[in-house]
Amino acid sequence: MIALAIGLTLVSAGPASASFWAPQSGGSPNADRIHTLYAVVFAVGVVIFIAVFGALVYAMVKFRARPGAVAEQLHGNTRLEIGWTAGAAGIVLILGIVTFLMLPGIRNPDNSDADGWAIPAGYQTAKDKELLPEDGKSLNIDVNGQQYAWRFTYPDADRDRQNNVQAYEEMVVPTGTTVTLDIRSSDVGHAWWIPKLGGKADALPGYTNHTWFKIPRGKEGVYVGQCAELCGRNHANMTARVRAVTPEQFTQWLASQKSSLAQAGVAADEFREQQAKNDAAAAAAQAPEAEGSETQTPEASTSSDDAESAAGAAQR
Amino acid sequence: MATVTATPIPQVVAHSVEKPMRGWVDWVTTTDHKKIGIMYLVLTFAFFGVGGVEALLIRLQLAVPDNTLLDFKTYNQLITMHGTTMVFLFVVPVMAGFGNYFVPLMIGARDMAFPKLNALSFWMLAAGGLVFYASVFFNPPECGWTCYVPLASKDYLPNGGVDAWIFLVHLTGIGSLVGSVNFYVTIANLRAPGMTWSRLPLFAWTILTYSVLLILALPAIAAAVTLLLTDRHFGTNFYDPAEGGSPLLWQHLFWFFGHPEVYIMVLPGFGIISEVLPVFARKPIFGYKAIAASTLTIAFLGLMVWAHHMFTTPSPSVVLVFFMVSSMLISIPTGIKIFSWIGTLWRGTIIFATPLLFAVGFLGTFLIGGITGVILALYPVDWQLHDTYFVVAHFHYVLMGGAVFAVFSGLYYWFPKMTGRMMDEKLGKISFWTMLIGFHVTFLVQHSIGLDGMPRRIPEYADVGNLAIYNLISTIGAFILGIGILLTAINALRSLKHGAVSGPDPWKANTLEWFTQSPPPQNNFDAVPRVRSVEPMKDIRAEIERRNNEPNPVSA
Repeated sequence: MIALAIGLTLVSAGPASASFWAPQSGGSPNADRIHTLYAVVFAVGVVIFIAVFGALVYAMVKFRARPGAVAEQLHGNTRLEIGWTAGAAGIVLILGIVTFLMLPGIRNPDNSDADGWAIPAGYQTAKDKELLPEDGKSLNIDVNGQQYAWRFTYPDADRDRQNNVQAYEEMVVPTGTTVTLDIRSSDVGHAWWIPKLGGKADALPGYTNHTWFKIPRGKEGVYVGQCAELCGRNHANMTARVRAVTPEQFTQWLASQKSSLAQAGVAADEFREQQAKNDAAAAAAQAPEAEGSETQTPEASTSSDDAESAAGAAQR
Repeated sequence: MATVTATPIPQVVAHSVEKPMRGWVDWVTTTDHKKIGIMYLVLTFAFFGVGGVEALLIRLQLAVPDNTLLDFKTYNQLITMHGTTMVFLFVVPVMAGFGNYFVPLMIGARDMAFPKLNALSFWMLAAGGLVFYASVFFNPPECGWTCYVPLASKDYLPNGGVDAWIFLVHLTGIGSLVGSVNFYVTIANLRAPGMTWSRLPLFAWTILTYSVLLILALPAIAAAVTLLLTDRHFGTNFYDPAEGGSPLLWQHLFWFFGHPEVYIMVLPGFGIISEVLPVFARKPIFGYKAIAASTLTIAFLGLMVWAHHMFTTPSPSVVLVFFMVSSMLISIPTGIKIFSWIGTLWRGTIIFATPLLFAVGFLGTFLIGGITGVILALYPVDWQLHDTYFVVAHFHYVLMGGAVFAVFSGLYYWFPKMTGRMMDEKLGKISFWTMLIGFHVTFLVQHSIGLDGMPRRIPEYADVGNLAIYNLISTIGAFILGIGILLTAINALRSLKHGAVSGPDPWKANTLEWFTQSPPPQNNFDAVPRVRSVEPMKDIRAEIERRNNEPNPVSA
């Protein structure tokens, strides 16, 4: 019966669907290593299943009640019982050893490739060394979950957080470069998950969670995923995308983001200056001008919104 | 008149003999463990039906990609009600139902130790179910059965649904606590003469363990939901990170209860299997002491694995490693049980009655759930599988294919004792095969749904990969499973009137509940036999046979 169910799903799965029996992988070494570890445990599990299920089916067929058959009044077999306890313990031990051998490669970030994006020295934020690659260099992106979208904040060399490049929904990253993520939430719990790029990391308000990925050169493209922790009614629509581009394209993208951000900043400064001038003029003209300044304020804020959305459009 | 004065009359005369209550008043006021047990079973199976309909609605919504059958709000309410109903109102209390009816009978007691407390624990369950389902008329909760904060806080779900859920947890929790104390005291003190701990039926062992686990685990969730209640209504900030609280605290408290809860649900199922298999293999249980000891070991380890539900949270590596290792260790005592059950069947003469079929169906299904459990215990692997349909498949293999199949095995096994009538074997077998096929069609493919990248608790999904066909298969399976369950319900209702009369011991079983009539009289036993082994009924049958074969048979 179970075989029938397996057969049914096998037929329906069609040829060579990698995610039929194992987790997705192929976008990052940690996802590949999880896939390998899963495959090892899965194989052990299949062997155990066949052995135990086989014994069960054999017993059902062989020892069914027949006329004249007498059940053996047996209460146990200490040697056998010790044997299978030790066997089970041995399997658990082996699985544990395999896991511990593979764990560092999954948990600890790899170094970036030599032909990856050169991370400017000033970019690194203060971060626990264990969360960084051995050479200490990674593109560290701040990921913030909120109902129902992800916001990505890119690092830069200065200390001003206001002028950092930001993006919503789609994270643009260079290939061949280790990307480490600081994952936070500003409202309820969310979970960051791009299946091909490795495991999940919960975004919980008040905490910072960490994960990493490194998309190899030649695997440029879009990797999709979605929030994996119930976060409200629109949970199903809280999608996430990672667009991997070559390091050269990434340099360009970052520069264009920076410049549009700078332009927006300049424009905003101009508006603020104008605002200050208007306020001063209004103050000079005293009381009757109060209405005028009121009409000025919304105008100014709409214009700066325009500038922001222009920057946003450039990001997209 | 004067001539009859010689007749001796009893000197102790009751001033008034209370008239037996009639009809529903009798049921509402009863303190008889058997009637309370029946009420438990009827109520919990009713909730099973309701939870099943909710499950079918969920599967209907997921049958095709981008379905618009249910809106997002309704869907979140349904998953919350399905999970809460199945855990708090079906699997946990249905075990209390069987325990109530059969533990006193199995150990040769005339009732539970505290009959009035016993009635209280049932009515607390009923009250919890009522409060929770009353929210249907207002705003059912939308936070999933785990009600994670901050989503369950007043900022995000201000309506009363979460409060109804909190009260359900409190009321059913008090009921379970009271019932657990009762079970413990009953088993510790009211055993038949000669029934030492090593002759205690394995089902009673598991109910004892169930009770201890409930007593240890329930205070944690009682505290957790009380903190949530004060956060929601009285201005405290236990879970609000902006005010120095912690949402992780909720997860720790919840799962400190929540994982033992899994064993609370499945251990009595193990007990039922350990009773059914020897009877139908006509062979003693293989390794009684190993099975009893592994029950206790699972319970002990089960208290130390809770954070394996939290492998993706921001927690230190040392915590993750500890909970990975403890979770892996649980597979050893579980393996011992499975091997011992197969050892029980080995070289027996297996009679393929419906209770045995469900027990063997349990074995095969639970085996798969156990293996996927080990896969999930490895935390780097869990990073990929957590909160996906792989996990949904895993815990349905353990709880639906495991605990519920065991409950059905128990139902077919004990129905004759409770009603005096047999359930129909043919319909029972049809029901079993329909359920087994339906179950595996529904849930086997859900492993692949999860591996294909579909998280749980989403009301709609895009048509990518093989998700569309996988989900359609799963939905079809759910309806097959539903039909199978319905067949057993029809079977049970019909057999109440039309079933063959069973007599006291239709299965030639091993334990004391089969010593008395079916259904048992109010006092259970007029005389309790002395227990000389773990299979007293087998000894009694052998003794009767021996005396019958003597040249001058004397009455046993």
